[in-house]
Amino acid sequence: MAYTEEELKKELETKEYEYGFYTDIESDTFPVGLSEEIVVAISKKKEEPDWMTQWRLDAYRAWLEMEEPEWANVHYTKPDFQAISYYSAPNKKPKYNSIDEVDPELLDTFKRLGISLDEQKKLAGVAVDIVMDSVSVATTFKKTLAEKGIIFCSISEAIKEHPELVKKYIGSVVPQKDNYYAALNSAVFSDGSFCYIPKGVRCPMELSTYFRINQAGTGQFERTLVIADEGSYVSYLEGCTAPSRDENQLHAAVVELVALDHAEIKYSTVQNWFPGDKEGKGGVYNFVTKRGICENHAKISWTQVETGSAVTWKYPSCVLKGDHSIGEFYSIAVTNNFQQADTGTKMIHLGKNTRSTIISKGISAGKSQNSYRGLVQVGPRAENARNFSQCDSLLMGDQCGAHTFPYIEAKNKTAQIEHEATTSKIGEDQIFYCNQRGIDTEKAIALIVNGFSKEVLNKLPMEFAVEAQKLLEISLEGSVG
Amino acid sequence: MLEIKNLHASVDNKEILKGINLVVKPGEVHAIMGPNGAGKSTLASVVAGKDEFEVTKGEVLLEGQDLADDAPEERAHKGIFLSFQYPVEIPGVTVTNFMKTAINESRKARGQEDMPANEMLKMIKEKAELLEIDRKFLSRSLNEGFSGGEKKRNEIFQMAMLEPKVAILDETDSGLDIDALRIVAGGVNKLRSKDNAVVVITHYQRLLDYIVPDFVHVLYDGKIVKSGDASLALELEEKGYDWIKQEMAL
Repeated sequence: MAYTEEELKKELETKEYEYGFYTDIESDTFPVGLSEEIVVAISKKKEEPDWMTQWRLDAYRAWLEMEEPEWANVHYTKPDFQAISYYSAPNKKPKYNSIDEVDPELLDTFKRLGISLDEQKKLAGVAVDIVMDSVSVATTFKKTLAEKGIIFCSISEAIKEHPELVKKYIGSVVPQKDNYYAALNSAVFSDGSFCYIPKGVRCPMELSTYFRINQAGTGQFERTLVIADEGSYVSYLEGCTAPSRDENQLHAAVVELVALDHAEIKYSTVQNWFPGDKEGKGGVYNFVTKRGICENHAKISWTQVETGSAVTWKYPSCVLKGDHSIGEFYSIAVTNNFQQADTGTKMIHLGKNTRSTIISKGISAGKSQNSYRGLVQVGPRAENARNFSQCDSLLMGDQCGAHTFPYIEAKNKTAQIEHEATTSKIGEDQIFYCNQRGIDTEKAIALIVNGFSKEVLNKLPMEFAVEAQKLLEISLEGSVG
Repeated sequence: MLEIKNLHASVDNKEILKGINLVVKPGEVHAIMGPNGAGKSTLASVVAGKDEFEVTKGEVLLEGQDLADDAPEERAHKGIFLSFQYPVEIPGVTVTNFMKTAINESRKARGQEDMPANEMLKMIKEKAELLEIDRKFLSRSLNEGFSGGEKKRNEIFQMAMLEPKVAILDETDSGLDIDALRIVAGGVNKLRSKDNAVVVITHYQRLLDYIVPDFVHVLYDGKIVKSGDASLALELEEKGYDWIKQEMAL
C-alpha cells in the first residue's frame, strides 16, 4: 500500500543498527577506575618518555578541577568515570608483514564492515591505519609514504620515533586544559594516528583510518595529530562503526591539525558509532574536540557525515591565525530515534583577509534532536574577514526537533558575515510524487535526503562519498518499507 | 485498457466519488470535465493509488487486472502515469537523476537490468528534443524554481521518458500561457499511439483545441453525468456548468 506520514514515522522508529555485532578477541584490559596510578600505568604500558607521562599527569590534575559542560542542547546520564576501563588492547599484537598473519576473526570483522584489507590495498591509493580498540594492528602503504618523507603511524609510535615533532605540536592546538573532555583525553589517550607531511610535499594518496570501539565498557580516547609543513597538502579520511552494546560507551577523541604557511589539510569523517536502540537504550557518547590552526595562506577543510552515536557533542573548528588563511566546514548530521546531536563549528578569524565557509545540513527523524551550534568570531586585527554560513534542516515526522544556534562576534568593522538558514520537511506529497514515478518509499527518502545533502557529499573524496551515501540510506532505512 | 467500474471513494468518511464507470481503450483520448469540487483530481489520485483516499466500492482495472492491492509505485511499474496538477519540488535532485532512478526502478520491477548510461543519455536527448526542452534544464533540481510552464513541460517530459500505457493529465493546462500550452499539448500529441491511452482532466475547453478527445465526460458531484464526443466540450464551454446542474435537477 501507499505511504502516509504516520507510517513513515512508525517505520523510522524501527530501524535497527546494521553493524551491531561484537568480535571476540582476547583483550588486555585495565581494571575500571581512574587515578594518577592509572594514568601512569597507561603511559608505562606504552613505554612513553617521562615528559609524556608528566604531560598526561598535568592534564589529569587539571581535569579533576574541571566540570562537565552542560550548555549543549543534549540530555543524558553523565558517565561514571570510575566505572570505565581506560586501557584495552587486542591481545595478540605482533606487527604483521602480510595479511595472512592477521587474526582471521579480525579480518572477518572488517569484512562485515565492508572494509576488507585486501580490497583497501587495491583501492586507488588508500593507505589504511586501522585502530581496533586502542592499538594499531595494521598499517599499509607505509613504504610508499616513507619515500616521500611522509610519516603516517600510530601516535604511540610517533611518541617513540619522532618525539621532537610530537613534543612541539601536541597540545598546541587543543591545550590539555581546553575543555573537560579534552583534558580527560590528554590524560588517558590510548592511541590514535599521527601524520606529518614534509615541506612542499603533496601526499599522493588519501590517508585513511578506521576507528572501532570493541571492548565492552572501555571508553575510547584517540588522539590524532596531523601536521602539514609549509606548502604541503594532505587529505585525511576517518571513518568508524562500533558494535552494538547495552551500556553507554564514552568516546572522547581529540584531533589537532596544524597547517603551516601555504599548506592545506582536508579532513573528512564518516561517523557511525552505535546510536542506541529504538527505545534510546545504549549508544555511544561522542564528545569530541577537533580543531585546526592555519598559518599564512593555509587552508583547513573539515567535512563530516555524522550518522551514529546516542549523544554527539562536536565542533570541528579552525583558528585562522595567518593572513589570507581559509577555513571550511561541511557537515551532514543525521539523527533518528532518540539520538541527540549538538554539532557545528567555530571559525576564529585572527589574521587579515581570512575567509571561512560553513555549510551544515541536519536531518532529524524519529524522536531525535538535532542542533547546529556555530561561532564566527572576527578579531580586532582581522581586516577584511569574510564568512558565509548556511544551515539547512530537514525534518521527517513531527516528533523530532531541529535547532540552530549561530553566534557571531565581530570586533572589526571591515568584517562581512552572512548567515542563511532553512527548515523543510519531507512531505507525503514528495513521497507520493516519487511513488507515482515508480520509486518506492525507501528509495524516495534516500533520493530526497541525498539531494538535500548533495552540497556536502560532493566535498568528500570519491570512494568516501559513495560509502557516506550508503550510510545515509542505512541510517534512515528499515525506517521505511 | 483502463476500466473503472462503479468506483466509490471517500476521504475522512466523506464520499467524493459516487460510482464512476469509465472504459478507455488503447489509442483513445478521453477528456473529463467538470466544475470545481466535482471529484476530478480525486479520480486521478485514486487511479494512481494515493493512500489518503479509501476505495469503498468498485474497482480499477488495467488490462483486465485489478489494481486494488497495488501500491502507487507498482501501478506506475504497470504503466499508470499521472501528470500532477501541482508537481512537487525535490531540491538537490536533478531532473536527469530523478528520471534515471524512476526508469531503473521500473526496469528492476520487471526483472530487467539498469538501462545502460549511453542508452539513457540517448533517450533523454531524443525526448528533450521532442518537447523542445533545453538540455540545461535537465541538470536543474526537480521543479525547484521552475515556472508554471516549465513544471508542466517537465511532467510531459517524464511521461515521454516512462512511456506509460495510460497517462492521466490532471489540469495540465492550469497556469500555462498560450505558447506553453501549445508546446505541452504538442508533446502529448507526439506521444499518442495506438498502444497507449490518455485521460485529460480539465476545467476548460481550450486544452481540447490542441489535444482533441475521442470522448468527453462530464463529472458532477462524484458521478459521470454526461458523455459525448468532442462537441460536448464546446457545448459545455458555451452553456457553462450551470447547464449541467439544471439538467441534473430535471
